[in-house]
Amino acid sequence: MTAAAPASAPKVQTPLKRFVVEFFDSRVAVLGLGLLVLVVSSALLAPWIAPQDPYDLSKLDIMSGMLPPGSADMDGNVFWLGSDEQGRDLLSAIIYGLRTSLLVGFSSTAMALAIGLIVGMIAAYVGGSTDATIMRLVDIQLSFPAILIALILLAVLGKGVDKVIIALTAVQWAYYARTVRSAALVERRKEYVEAAQCLALPKQRVVLHHLLPNCLPPLIVVATVQVAHAITLEATLSFLGVGVPVTQPSLGMLIASGFDYMLSGEFWVSVFPGLALLITVVSINLVGDQMRDVLNPRLQH
Amino acid sequence: MRQDPVLEVEDLHTHFFTRGGVARAVDGVSFSLHRGEILGLVGESGSGKSVTGMSILGLIDPPGRIVSGAVLYRGENLVAAGEKRLRQLRGNRIAMIFQDPMMTLNPVLSVETQMVETVLAHDRVSREQARERAREALARVGIPSPDERLAAYPHQFSGGMRQRVAIAIALLHQPDVIIADEPTTALDVTIQAQILFEVQKLCRETGTALVWITHDLAVVSGLADRVAVMYAGRIVETGTTVEVIDHARHPYTHGLLGSVPSRNKRGEPLAQIPGMTPSLLRLPEGCAFQPRCPRATAACLALPPLSGGDHGWRCFHPQEAAA
Amino acid sequence: MLVFLIRRIAQSAIVVAIMSVLVFTGIFAIGNPIDVLISPEADELERAAAIARLGLDRPLHEQFFAFAGNALSGDLGISFVHGVPAVELVLERFPATLELALLAMIIAVLIGIPLGIWAGLRPDSPAGRIIMAGSILGFSLPTFWVGMLLIMAFAVSLGWLPASGRGETVDVFGIPFSFLTADGLKHMLLPALNLALFKVSLVIRLARAGTREVALQDYVRFARAKGLSPARIVGVHILKNIMIPVVTVLGLEFGSVIAFSVVTESVFAWPGMGKLLIDSILLLDRPVVVAYLLVTVLLFIVINLVVDVLYSLLDPRIRLGGAKA
Repeated sequence: MTAAAPASAPKVQTPLKRFVVEFFDSRVAVLGLGLLVLVVSSALLAPWIAPQDPYDLSKLDIMSGMLPPGSADMDGNVFWLGSDEQGRDLLSAIIYGLRTSLLVGFSSTAMALAIGLIVGMIAAYVGGSTDATIMRLVDIQLSFPAILIALILLAVLGKGVDKVIIALTAVQWAYYARTVRSAALVERRKEYVEAAQCLALPKQRVVLHHLLPNCLPPLIVVATVQVAHAITLEATLSFLGVGVPVTQPSLGMLIASGFDYMLSGEFWVSVFPGLALLITVVSINLVGDQMRDVLNPRLQH
Repeated sequence: MRQDPVLEVEDLHTHFFTRGGVARAVDGVSFSLHRGEILGLVGESGSGKSVTGMSILGLIDPPGRIVSGAVLYRGENLVAAGEKRLRQLRGNRIAMIFQDPMMTLNPVLSVETQMVETVLAHDRVSREQARERAREALARVGIPSPDERLAAYPHQFSGGMRQRVAIAIALLHQPDVIIADEPTTALDVTIQAQILFEVQKLCRETGTALVWITHDLAVVSGLADRVAVMYAGRIVETGTTVEVIDHARHPYTHGLLGSVPSRNKRGEPLAQIPGMTPSLLRLPEGCAFQPRCPRATAACLALPPLSGGDHGWRCFHPQEAAA
Repeated sequence: MLVFLIRRIAQSAIVVAIMSVLVFTGIFAIGNPIDVLISPEADELERAAAIARLGLDRPLHEQFFAFAGNALSGDLGISFVHGVPAVELVLERFPATLELALLAMIIAVLIGIPLGIWAGLRPDSPAGRIIMAGSILGFSLPTFWVGMLLIMAFAVSLGWLPASGRGETVDVFGIPFSFLTADGLKHMLLPALNLALFKVSLVIRLARAGTREVALQDYVRFARAKGLSPARIVGVHILKNIMIPVVTVLGLEFGSVIAFSVVTESVFAWPGMGKLLIDSILLLDRPVVVAYLLVTVLLFIVINLVVDVLYSLLDPRIRLGGAKA
């Protein structure tokens, strides 16, 4: 900005604007955001940007199986990241796999967020024995590792993208419930909520218009990190053979299917999907870290 | 008649290089200290008195740095000394006591550990001998049943007792100088008085010189032989306690004295120094007190030199020596 | 202390009871084991006999009470697949998992604490930044993929370390352990490193945050003013303070290391109870899954108890059982 006239009124900054400005302060975070945009958009645009539809079996040629990265088949199609044993282009498989991974990560997080928000709000606002029971449940669930709970749930539910989403939602809701409850309890004691109550505003108005917006920042931070967590967890479950079905492979599935080839030196089938997974998770974590710093200076480490 | 001083500080400058600019926390401080002498270093918070104390022992961390000047311990310049030499002196020849007794003892180590390690840091003695020295030191500062107390942890002591432990640690090596940074500020008044009395007695007995850093003129007047008043990184007035307290020349010292409640001023409103302590990042030109000073003139835009002799002041328009 | 222990054990018993109901009803819904166990060619009579033998023809609540009654006497049923008591099967595999998890924890502490303290003392130095970046990466790397990369690098390409199995074991009180032989240790190194990865990042973060906080405390300045060496200040005054959160969190995380060994054991074909769990889930071997879960629940409870006791030993300000210091 050039030297402003001293008489001009101070620039009004909305919280959102300040957030955006502060977020772009960190080059690493901007890099993370850039990568994330790249990852998400390639997943969304998969049918248009993937060189091949990896699941149209008629397009696959067993003759171009296990080609190393950069080689071309007889028709001159280049397999930039190599191909798998069925002659599937790995780059296309990764782009489609990203779709499944992101779908599972984002939708399970969104559902868990919604459930946790409602449960946490009820716990904080109703209080008493309801609160105690809910938080006891949350404590017990959180004392067990997520992977174990998800594993058992999937053992019960069976394979399937929808089932993985359900299992991951069940695993995650408790984090949000706890976060929302503690944030809501802090906000509830603040004067503006008391003021709203004194004005005899209806309860749901107090909750929706006053409590909720102020509980959102910590929740957004937790949710960002949880998306990355959910994506990794899904990959792990699929690797263990209890996640998504073969017909709708995620990145984890792709990695697992390349495991055997890896031992014989055909690294690309596992390594490239792994790198894609890593880039996705790192970019989300970088964005999440910066959001935490910007939204809540107290959490800074 | 006097011997050479044990500690001399000469034109010390310690600056902090922060993002917002350079903070001149200590800006040309000089004083000297003789054996057994007690110097009261008085100033408001932010006047640079604590930084002066830390600078003497070379305990300034980045972004802070001693920019120029000298700290002479028995003629040896500590500013030029290496970290190893400083470590030999710290806690051994020059000891330090901090303000908050709740925070100066490590909460997860027993008092014995914290005392024995101090002995062993400087003397090659057996653990048993070190323990014995620790026991004696505790007894000397008036801690009852020192044997039991050695095994205890800091949280099992009261604030006053903890400060006694800290003082006992400072006394372990019978240092030549103790720098005490507001050691009684956090304590109750009665405990404060006891500790003041005992510290004074111990210094007299052992010949230890003492720099007592405080914002409380009342404490200093009962304790110190000499007083140095600091304002914005500089000593503005210095002299024997009697001279400075009874015949203050600098308007700032006057202001400080005026704001101390006392019996003969009961009923009158307490005098206040107008304005606020300046930020060290944006010190006024010349005499730093000039914007708040009732006697300031255009001349004060230049830095006044230290006038007077043994009783010195940094002011162009000193108060007349009052009766 | 005694009061505290008794109260905790009573609480734990309730948790175990609730968990066993949940686990049982949950596992009951897993597929139909008969389809897996009986060859498709078997006739109806054989099927019925098998169902009766396994007790699968009785109503759910009856099955549960039979299960609960047996469970109290330490009997969690016979493995459908292996034909031996499920608890025995799990406990037999337990030492392998335990030694792997312990080595992983040791690796996490040995690598994480020095790096974390280093980064905490010099947060703005290049080394400090690199350590922090590494810890973010460690959080983001999927464990199983790293395990595969480790195999590819150290077992396939370089041929330095074996890729799977436990190697040579030595029996201690009749229990085989790998860590006592050179060959066993070689086999353990890669899986333990893999399992430690996530915890190393965690320990770095904890140690760094702790160091940054503790380094600013007056007692550290006082320690310097006493003339202590930097080694003593960092190694005693700072380390003892940051060990409190590190030990607490690591202790609580020990359970998750055990759980996560499911992944590592699958990658490295380590014959521990995690591998057993995965195999049993894929084969619908209900009693083994139930036995694994109940053993794990008990293990978690013991771990939590041990952590609380350790915590009170490390921090003199905490005394258990209400006896106020």
